[in-house]
Amino acid sequence: MKTTSTINRRNLLLGASPTAALMIVGAATTDSAIAKTATTTVDYVPTFFNAVEWSFINAAVDRLIPSDGRGPGGLETGVPEFMDRQMELPYGHGAYFYLQGPFQPDAPATLGYQLRYTPREMYRSGIAAANNACRTAAGKAFADLTPDEQDQFLALLEKNQVQFSGPPAAAFFAQLLENAREGYFADPLYGGNRGMAAWKWIGFPGARADFTDWIDQAGRKYPYGPVAISGARD
Amino acid sequence: MAEKKKRADAVIIGYGWTGAIMAKTLTDAGLSVVALERGPARDTAPDFEYPRIIDELRYGVRGDLWQPLAKETVTVRHNLSEVAQPYRKYGSFVLGNGVGGAGVHWNGQLWRASPEDLRLRSHIEERYGKNFIPEDMTIQDYPVTFEELEPHFDHFEKVCGTSGVAGNLRGEIRPGGNPFEGARSDEYPTPPLPSIHVGGLFEKATAELGYKSFPLPAANSSIAFTNPYGVRLGPCNLCGFCERFGCFLYSKASPQTAILPILATRPNLEVRTNAYVTRILRDNTGKTATGVLYIDEDGREVEQPADLVMLCAFQLHNVRLLLMSGIGVPYDPVSGEGIVGKNYAYQMMSETAAYFGEDVEINPFIGAGAAGQRIIDEFNSDHFDHGPHGFIGGSSIFAGATGGRPIAQMMTPPDAPKWGKGWKTAIRKHYRHSAPIGAQGSVMSYRDRYLSLDPTYKDGHGLPLLRLTFDWHDNEYKMAAFSAARVEEIVRVMKPEQQATLLMRPGDHYDVRVYQSTHTTGGAIIGTNPSNSFINRYSQSWDVSNLFVMGASAFPQNIGYNPTGLLAGLAYFSAAEIRDTYLKSPGPLVPA
Repeated sequence: MKTTSTINRRNLLLGASPTAALMIVGAATTDSAIAKTATTTVDYVPTFFNAVEWSFINAAVDRLIPSDGRGPGGLETGVPEFMDRQMELPYGHGAYFYLQGPFQPDAPATLGYQLRYTPREMYRSGIAAANNACRTAAGKAFADLTPDEQDQFLALLEKNQVQFSGPPAAAFFAQLLENAREGYFADPLYGGNRGMAAWKWIGFPGARADFTDWIDQAGRKYPYGPVAISGARD
Repeated sequence: MAEKKKRADAVIIGYGWTGAIMAKTLTDAGLSVVALERGPARDTAPDFEYPRIIDELRYGVRGDLWQPLAKETVTVRHNLSEVAQPYRKYGSFVLGNGVGGAGVHWNGQLWRASPEDLRLRSHIEERYGKNFIPEDMTIQDYPVTFEELEPHFDHFEKVCGTSGVAGNLRGEIRPGGNPFEGARSDEYPTPPLPSIHVGGLFEKATAELGYKSFPLPAANSSIAFTNPYGVRLGPCNLCGFCERFGCFLYSKASPQTAILPILATRPNLEVRTNAYVTRILRDNTGKTATGVLYIDEDGREVEQPADLVMLCAFQLHNVRLLLMSGIGVPYDPVSGEGIVGKNYAYQMMSETAAYFGEDVEINPFIGAGAAGQRIIDEFNSDHFDHGPHGFIGGSSIFAGATGGRPIAQMMTPPDAPKWGKGWKTAIRKHYRHSAPIGAQGSVMSYRDRYLSLDPTYKDGHGLPLLRLTFDWHDNEYKMAAFSAARVEEIVRVMKPEQQATLLMRPGDHYDVRVYQSTHTTGGAIIGTNPSNSFINRYSQSWDVSNLFVMGASAFPQNIGYNPTGLLAGLAYFSAAEIRDTYLKSPGPLVPA
């Protein structure tokens, strides 16, 4: 198994990188991947993401903000739903960004985002490219890799060390991580941060926005739980 | 053909802080005034109402109160040979939009400049000699003194219900205030709020080091307060949503909170929103403005004739509109000739993040853009001997985040994982127990840093974008390294478990991806004669005497303070002269 796929796995990497040691090991069991899929958000039907993309998003969110360990994970707090709903808003269509050409994607990084992609386009191309890279390397889509393999693959994306068509791998990863964090921490009205679980985890009181009673109690732990814009409180 | 509106006595371009100040001045004098605002109408109710304004994603991240970049942005390059690229997503600075402008979503840190900031070149030459100023550094004096501006600083502080402690009252140094400030004629109108927790830790640490910390002057009223215009402000509750948000409490001063309520019913003022000015019109002599051309909310081109044109847009937009209107000589960085676009400057920030143990309750979400924070001014302006250090300028050094918004203001140590299980652990461990100590540093002006029209990129109407040519110079790297070293010393005394410093080092380029400061300055600078400036001491154009330009575009170089107090002082100084002299006898207020 290993011997037949090693060369393909190497294709994941751009050139002869010292990070070759981080190559995906495809031999691990898929048990945990199956277990993980069971926690996928089932009560939400995505509008923007198709079935394959939805599997990717759920699997990726579960690695970026995993459910294991202490603290709420991205799946049970509705982060994939948040991301799908954002894609249908002006944001997803790139309405917040200046997207007139010409584009110089190779301009110095310090001059900022210089790609032509809207967030929708970034996901559409990025997910396809990521799944292609995973299939080439391990014969499976990203969602079907083991959690460890998924972590390794995401780390390669982050470092821009995956051969990728469309947007640069690191730009796609940055989009993914940015939106995942937004969904985790935004007010629940956008579909993520269900039950204000992420706010409770860190101790942020949400939309409470009145600390008159704490102005002269600096240094003492703030005792009240969060409030959402909807008025929901904990 | 543009539709031609009825002539007005005055037209105001941009309805933010300086637009509101000018609208009040000119309507007080009985003039008919039309104010043109590029963005929508906005008021505390309904636009900033609780709870909908307490939405980090919408306002703090997407930026629904900011200028939509899709329609118009700027381009940026680091030097003359680089090809400028559009600022496609918000990062380095955020631009205002709509009634109130950036005065809606500012932090309310309300400063005067130091007296020597206003005569910087002379002061540096006198104290350190001419050779102390690098050859390519193009700093210059303001043509107006601190003493002349003082009554206007004082007035604006009262308009804003500013909370603070006087450190120099009529020449007497007072405990608890800023001992380095210029003499003020009066106390702050409202007392400071108590320090937030990190402010208290900073106060102790700086006292131990022999520094005199004081409450950051805050345009957040700390009590119920009626300003000189009879407008009422409410007490700040440290809600943690100043920066990037409108204030739902009528506490953080904004044009809406402090000035516009008294203008709303004036029959001689008309405010037109979604009116995008594209050109200042002149007669065929080129010496007199005749009005402006704008695109209205239906996309029609409209001409508004007026006898007086007040350019009150944001600094960058002032300069762009002058260049698009062909007024003044565009600055040429190769020859050093020309004025419009000259001396663009910025600020250089550095910061040390302090990660305390779980027994230190920072409560980062309790705070404001300014109220509750503490600051020292020992290492700003020329408050210390620069001789051994070999740079000009400095930083104000302050404790306290502007809020604890979890998407954008989450603090985790640099070595903490950015995602995965380890990230979840890190955010839990550090969120409630970390705070930044920051240094807001000045940036000088240079021959090769300037503003011009971009040759390639256009706005939604096909008009050229403004191009920024900017990068750091050695003087600023030295300034920041010095400031950051002071901050690190202070933080060490605060004894966090861990600390990490963010600092621009020699070779680091200006990076538009990271928020630094919205304090962009220069491009239509103020000075003593037409060869060194676009406007005279009353902010009047040397070229076109019925055109006045307000805002930080006047600053010949930047300071280590927030700019709003200085630019409001310049605006009120100009307003007084317009009222007392210009309106009686229009024409140049200073002989060229």
